[in-house]
Amino acid sequence: MPPPVKSAYLARRLAGLCLLGGVLLLAVLAGIVIGAKQIPLDQALAGVFSPDGSENALIIQELRLPRTLLGVAVGAALGLAGALMQALTRNPLAEPGLLGVNGGAAVAVVTVIGLFRVDDVLVYVWAAFLGAAGAALLVYLIGSRGRSGATPARLVLAGAGINAVFSSLTAGMMLISPRSFNGFRFWQVGSLSGRDLALFVRIGPFLLAGTVLALLLARPLNALALGEDTGRALGARPGRTRALGALAIVVLCGAATAAVGPIAFVGLAVPFLVRALVGPDQRWVLPYSLLLAPVLLLAADVIGRVVAAPGELETGIVTAFLGAPLLALMVRRGRVPQL
Amino acid sequence: MSLRWEPRVVAVCAVLVAFALGAAVSVVGSGDFPVSAAEVAGVLTGRGDRATEFIVLTLRLPRALTGLLAGAALGLSGAVFQSITRNPLGSPDIIGFTTGSATGALLQILVIGGGAAAVAAGSVLGAVLTALAVYLVAYRGGVHGYRLVLVGVAAAAMLEAFNAYLVTRAELREAYEAAFWLTGSLNGRGWQHAWPLALALAVLVPAALAFGGRLRMGELGDDAAQALGVPVQRTRTALVVIGVGLVAVATAAVGPVPFVALAAPQLARGLTRKPGTQLVPAMLMGATLLVLSDLVTLHLPVAVPVGVVTGVLGGVYLVWLLSTEGGRGRA
Repeated sequence: MPPPVKSAYLARRLAGLCLLGGVLLLAVLAGIVIGAKQIPLDQALAGVFSPDGSENALIIQELRLPRTLLGVAVGAALGLAGALMQALTRNPLAEPGLLGVNGGAAVAVVTVIGLFRVDDVLVYVWAAFLGAAGAALLVYLIGSRGRSGATPARLVLAGAGINAVFSSLTAGMMLISPRSFNGFRFWQVGSLSGRDLALFVRIGPFLLAGTVLALLLARPLNALALGEDTGRALGARPGRTRALGALAIVVLCGAATAAVGPIAFVGLAVPFLVRALVGPDQRWVLPYSLLLAPVLLLAADVIGRVVAAPGELETGIVTAFLGAPLLALMVRRGRVPQL
Repeated sequence: MSLRWEPRVVAVCAVLVAFALGAAVSVVGSGDFPVSAAEVAGVLTGRGDRATEFIVLTLRLPRALTGLLAGAALGLSGAVFQSITRNPLGSPDIIGFTTGSATGALLQILVIGGGAAAVAAGSVLGAVLTALAVYLVAYRGGVHGYRLVLVGVAAAAMLEAFNAYLVTRAELREAYEAAFWLTGSLNGRGWQHAWPLALALAVLVPAALAFGGRLRMGELGDDAAQALGVPVQRTRTALVVIGVGLVAVATAAVGPVPFVALAAPQLARGLTRKPGTQLVPAMLMGATLLVLSDLVTLHLPVAVPVGVVTGVLGGVYLVWLLSTEGGRGRA
């Protein structure tokens, strides 16, 4: 059992969570209102809740609403997956892609473009999801072989190894076939644009299931953070926690990558910033990550639309330029809690 | 320098040297005009005919040497950085120096349109500037390894995004050329690549080895090392400079070949079965990995750059080591 929590502490954490929820709401509004064409707030809300077929309502319904919803879902998934990955490997440098998710998805997509000559985003989605799941399974099996089981360092190294193999295969296939290179160079930056509501409906169930599983793991992960032996003595089951955690990461990050391409850095930076805010307790780290990551992603998306209007800068590029200075500043301030 | 020569370490080093040299000789021998190992030896001792001499000395030997030297530089710098940061993910690929070097080269290829020498200069400049920026941001009355890694990761993410941006905005043909360079390649490397690399390594390798013992003590933690009389900050600064120098010259010569710097120290540790950083085995492992990979590319039916093979070969090998409990992989 965790020590009894003081009520003032609890109130502060809860207030922070509510505040973050409010910020997320603002980000969602910004995502709907701001863009190449500014739409006044009242018209935007009307476009969401009672579309009247006007041009503005069409823009909202067809373009802004799908990508904003997708941004919230994908951002939340990446943030959660990142927090889980860092807790599982107890390495603050770990990011969900380390489980081979991005590498596997990339190989699958480049194969589909190159060998089967498909350029349909929905086909990419399923290919990427299968590739991600396959790669993660491989990493986990290799990382957990042998007597010591899936220790953090072994998982990290197995992930790095498998990722290197896959990204090399991707590079090879790309360089042999300029056609797949051309399709792939746009997929690999990760972008929320051009996604429709059907996609959100399709990956939604996966993201929901992954989120529930992740949040249920908060308590066992806290026990795991005490170290293998202490955790076991306290009644934790490290093997089961790790397996379930890996499953949640694959579902979350796999679906997210499948939907929007590999968006790097959100999964790495957000849990990190969150730990600096709330400390190492996973019962707070997970929900805070769940809310902060979509804020970062939506902000990046909006900024990408504004700075390069009438074109746009891919979300994956802006997230890095937003998140990285934040992380560097945090580190410089000395607020870097070790795991 | 407190290297104790234990039998297993010496044996591992000897095997690695044999592998690296054997692979290098095979690289020299492979191609449209095969040359046997005996003929290679003949040319090297001055007894070859002129055609063979031209092929060996002008075309293929510099390529093999560039591979050996660049691989050694990458392996050694990987070991240095993993030791400073005390993290198996603390290799220069991950903390941004390789990415920065790629950014410099990409700007030359895609924006300025410079030739091969300009690209190499751009890549060195990119690595050095990135390292300087990371170091300055991470500096607060001294540089802590952990802080350095995190700032480096942030820099890597930004530069990676910027590189991707450059590649998506370029013409397909130029973008393709850039992607080829970004994969890392030994194709068409001549003496103009091998010589600068050799000169740089002649300075940097002894410097790195001289700090080898202090490096090992640094792994005990800053306080313990300080207590043992190691000037922690000064040592770390010197090692960062050496490590960045190694990455910069290697990347300038062959492009950002992936994974050698990350995998070589881990593989060397798996083979020597010793805790702590092994500079010499890591360096030899890097050279072996790169030249063996180059040999594989020469015998593949399709033309792929060496970077494609290092990832596959190194990755599979690392995975195999892990699954046989050889590489315990220490954080």
